[in-house]
Amino acid sequence: MKILVVDDEKDVQVLFEQRFRKEIRSGEMEFVFAFSGEDALLYLNAHEHEAVLILSDINMPGMSGLDLLSHIKQKYHKPPPVVMMITAYGDAENYKTAKELGADDFLTKPVDFAALKEKLKPTN
Amino acid sequence: MVLDFVIAILIVRYLRKTLETARLLPGWDKIFTAIFIASIACLAVSILFNPFEPVMKWVAHGLLLFLLYVLYTQNDFRSARSYMIAIFPYILVSLATDIIKLFFKKFYDSWHNYIDATIFFAVVWLIAMLIINKRQQKALSKEKQKTKEEEQQNKITTQLKAELEIQVKERTAELTSQKEELQHTLNELKATQSQLIQSEKMASLGELTAGIAHEIQNPLNFVNNFSEVNTELIIEMKDAISKGDFEEVKALASDIADNEQKINHHGKRADAIVKGMLQHSRSSTGQKEPTNINALADEYLRLAYHGLRAKDKSFNATMKTDLDETIGNINIIPQDIGRVILNLITNAFYAVTEKKNGLTSEKPGSKNLISQYEPTVTVTTKKTGSKVEIRVQDNGNGIPQKVLEKIFQPFFTTKPTGQGTGLGLSMSYDIVTKGHAGELKAVTKEGEGAEFIIILPV
Repeated sequence: MKILVVDDEKDVQVLFEQRFRKEIRSGEMEFVFAFSGEDALLYLNAHEHEAVLILSDINMPGMSGLDLLSHIKQKYHKPPPVVMMITAYGDAENYKTAKELGADDFLTKPVDFAALKEKLKPTN
Repeated sequence: MVLDFVIAILIVRYLRKTLETARLLPGWDKIFTAIFIASIACLAVSILFNPFEPVMKWVAHGLLLFLLYVLYTQNDFRSARSYMIAIFPYILVSLATDIIKLFFKKFYDSWHNYIDATIFFAVVWLIAMLIINKRQQKALSKEKQKTKEEEQQNKITTQLKAELEIQVKERTAELTSQKEELQHTLNELKATQSQLIQSEKMASLGELTAGIAHEIQNPLNFVNNFSEVNTELIIEMKDAISKGDFEEVKALASDIADNEQKINHHGKRADAIVKGMLQHSRSSTGQKEPTNINALADEYLRLAYHGLRAKDKSFNATMKTDLDETIGNINIIPQDIGRVILNLITNAFYAVTEKKNGLTSEKPGSKNLISQYEPTVTVTTKKTGSKVEIRVQDNGNGIPQKVLEKIFQPFFTTKPTGQGTGLGLSMSYDIVTKGHAGELKAVTKEGEGAEFIIILPV
């Protein structure tokens, strides 16, 4: 399973690689990282249908996670990748907007990796 | 002869009148009154009783000579001497004529034409002198009148002066009390001003709070996550040690070390943010210290961004930085300049949000315009010679010329009531110009954005 993680914090890459080191090692999961919404779109254009799951931060400078979400859900119809939104502000408004735009799930920072793993397993 | 008496009467009358003998010289007044009455009586007698005429003639001469003598000798009549000059020729001529008539009848008869002419000239002289005297007298009395008026005027002036002095004293007292009142008000205003500055600081701190929370939350998440990962890695390492797989142990150890570095890095990041926040809320020490202006600008840009972001969920903008790394440290009061940069950045974000909201509400149909508009705030630092420029640029609506003239005035704000204190830019201006001998300029093009330029001497 290829997962695209979108966050403007670069250390997120190291963190995910460590948190999911077993899954990565076993080949169960493959992670790709983009550090902005724009980068994420570029990657998705170049590697269509490769990523099945996108984990995106909402709060990023430039193109926000919500913008990215609406782009993905509008353009990549068949089959649209699963998009999980992550935000530091666990507020109702962002949650509602994300759901309206077609987000499949909504996580709040700090990410509970144990819970995230649980969530990823059924989709696997 | 009749003329002699008339002259005597006139002189006496004149003397009494002009010298005010009745009041000033009562002794002489009696004598003059007597002469006056006697002259009238003699005149009457000489006219009515012709035979007495030769006697009266000498009486008249006597009288006139007496008057002449009095005028000439008495100091009391000094001012009337001009009359003496007027009558003197006539008296002499008249007396001489009578003497000639009496003793040299023959001579008189043959020369009487000349003698009469002489008398005529004496009379003319007398009349002329009298007229001149009268004129002089008039001029004199005019002069006197003038002097009197002047004195009166002086008196009035003195009185007015005294009145004015009283008024001045009253006014001075009034002004002094007003001055004291004003001083009091000024002190109150100064106190209010420092309170306002404090509340402006607090307001900007409030704007920062959410940004700070976000900025601290992120590193803390990393600290927690990496330390949790390390705990797991250590358990794995123990397993590897007991299995004797030292290759794995080495790999794990280096991972743990890397993670420790991350933990340390993010811990320091949070630390720096907290320190920055404390620095911002603390009142300025007023001490200039070597400061990395790029770090300061970058920090406040992110704090402002996240602060607004937390307040307004729909807020989004692109932050760009173009920082000149050759600047190094410059001597500034970091809290104060930080406040200026924060203020300018917050304003810039406000401007781009306004533009975006304007586009959304004005033309709800024109999705294109909105999607084409990319709210952008750029912070640029640049070293030019002995100066450092910090530019904060936005692509908002710009500042109308009318507003541009007032933006640095205290309490001027274009924000809705309650949203801006109107002190941000005026304080910034003071900090840059007074506190750092620098310049703060605004360059704007309506509809295209604004740029604020801080120029600091190094």
